[in-house]
Amino acid sequence: MTSSPASPGPGTPDPLPPRRPTPRASLDWLVPAVTVGGLLPAAVLILDALGGALGANPVQRALHQTGQLALIVLLLSLVCTPLRRLTGWTWPARVRKALGLLAFFYALLHFAIYLFDHDFAPGLVLADVLERPFITAGFTALLLLVPLALTSTPQSVRRLGFARWTRLHQLVYASACLGALHYWWGVKKDHTSPLLAALALAALLAARWLWPAGRSRAGRRATSR
Amino acid sequence: MPTDPDAVPHEKPSREPRPPVPPSRREFLRSAALFTGTALALGGGLELLTRRPGAVSSEEAPELARPARPLGPYDTSEPVTPYGQATTYNNFYELGVSKDDPARNASALQVRPWTVEIDGEVEKPVTVDIDKLQSWFPLEDRIYRMRCVEGWSMVMPWLGFPLAALLRRVQPTGEARYVKFTAINDPQHLPGQQEPILDWPYVEGLRLDEAMHPLTFMAMGLDGKVLLPQSGAPLRLAVPWKYGFKSIKSVVRITLTASQPQTTWSLAAPDEYGFYANVNPAVPHPRWSQATERRIGELRRRDTLPFNGYAEQVAGLYKGMDLRRFY
Repeated sequence: MTSSPASPGPGTPDPLPPRRPTPRASLDWLVPAVTVGGLLPAAVLILDALGGALGANPVQRALHQTGQLALIVLLLSLVCTPLRRLTGWTWPARVRKALGLLAFFYALLHFAIYLFDHDFAPGLVLADVLERPFITAGFTALLLLVPLALTSTPQSVRRLGFARWTRLHQLVYASACLGALHYWWGVKKDHTSPLLAALALAALLAARWLWPAGRSRAGRRATSR
Repeated sequence: MPTDPDAVPHEKPSREPRPPVPPSRREFLRSAALFTGTALALGGGLELLTRRPGAVSSEEAPELARPARPLGPYDTSEPVTPYGQATTYNNFYELGVSKDDPARNASALQVRPWTVEIDGEVEKPVTVDIDKLQSWFPLEDRIYRMRCVEGWSMVMPWLGFPLAALLRRVQPTGEARYVKFTAINDPQHLPGQQEPILDWPYVEGLRLDEAMHPLTFMAMGLDGKVLLPQSGAPLRLAVPWKYGFKSIKSVVRITLTASQPQTTWSLAAPDEYGFYANVNPAVPHPRWSQATERRIGELRRRDTLPFNGYAEQVAGLYKGMDLRRFY
């Protein structure tokens, strides 16, 4: 139930007694809540599938829903940084990793259903990936998320160094753009939803340009203290 | 680095007595409530944005009298797609773009009064009320495979009459080479037509020899019942060797023409939807292979057959044509 800021490194004299956290400060419930909430659609999808509530073409419906979930959750993970810079809140940074991993989970699930849809036939899948830009874009978006998921641990940050880790994790922008493109190409008519996703992505990328890391309001507030 | 306001050193002595138990229990309850609220809000929000449960079987349609008969030469004995699935999983953009929209918006399509106009290169053009048109021909059963360009298929027990019978009645002139079909245009009532999704009204076409083929069928019923709006009531085309979008629904006009008509989907996306649209596993759609399909009601895919399994009957119509070019 407690949360404390990073404690000073070894050897540093500790001038203050350990701070007893005030009840209001505890955010320990946040990451588990995001994880459970993010997994709820997967649970409902499984219940729907078992209950025959996915309609006449359940595989296609599950394919579409997991794809949309992957893209939406990935976009949510891109909200965190600009939101933190804009408001100075620290909690968005805490849920970013959980959202990124959830997006990867739904992208993997989406791909697994696609593989099932193609009878796990390597020939069919390879032809799709190589010959059809629609599939190439989606598959690449998934591939780009793999190294990010693999280096999502604090140990990876330490091993790679923060600067290199950050550069690697900028792949998320390419992945999101390819995901949005894949969504656009996947819709036959009425591009309202893919357009909304593309606009949201554009706004999130623009926000990073409007509020770059060094000039955040929180940063200003911190330096003015 | 953002500053946590709580990180400001506090001056209170550490000897201060620990907070009593009740606040800690309150904190636990507060955390539990925040946890539940956040999880439900996030999960619920994602569900709202992405979940669309499948439609359940729609209303029953009135029975349509027809003679019982054994399977004919063009039928299939494959299991028929359950009526509830065939009438809730439809592409009929006039009634909405998603598969369950047509069943949901079915009441927007007014099927009476309904007249059909048959004109163009014919000796005896006619405008006829749908009920009178039905009395012209004895209704036949045809159990046809239906293959959608999107990669799914059904088996449909149609009730209707061969298009050839109707065309013979109006007597095509020597100039007639193609048949153009026009669907209902009623943007005031049809939700899909209030959006510029396609160039309304929906138009399809066949070459005259394709239209005269005994397989080419005008359906007025499905599964022994009057067609429901989502299935293309009151009169729709069924061309079983072509992708489903060729089989235009809710027809109001049939025009015989000397030149090839411009058709809706081939105008909307010429690289994806050709005029011929013969089911062909060897010619992929730009975004997916057409080699396999999923029969609605089955989980695994099956191989797609050339001309949807009707090659023996119709391949001769395309002798000498490059079906990669005329896709």
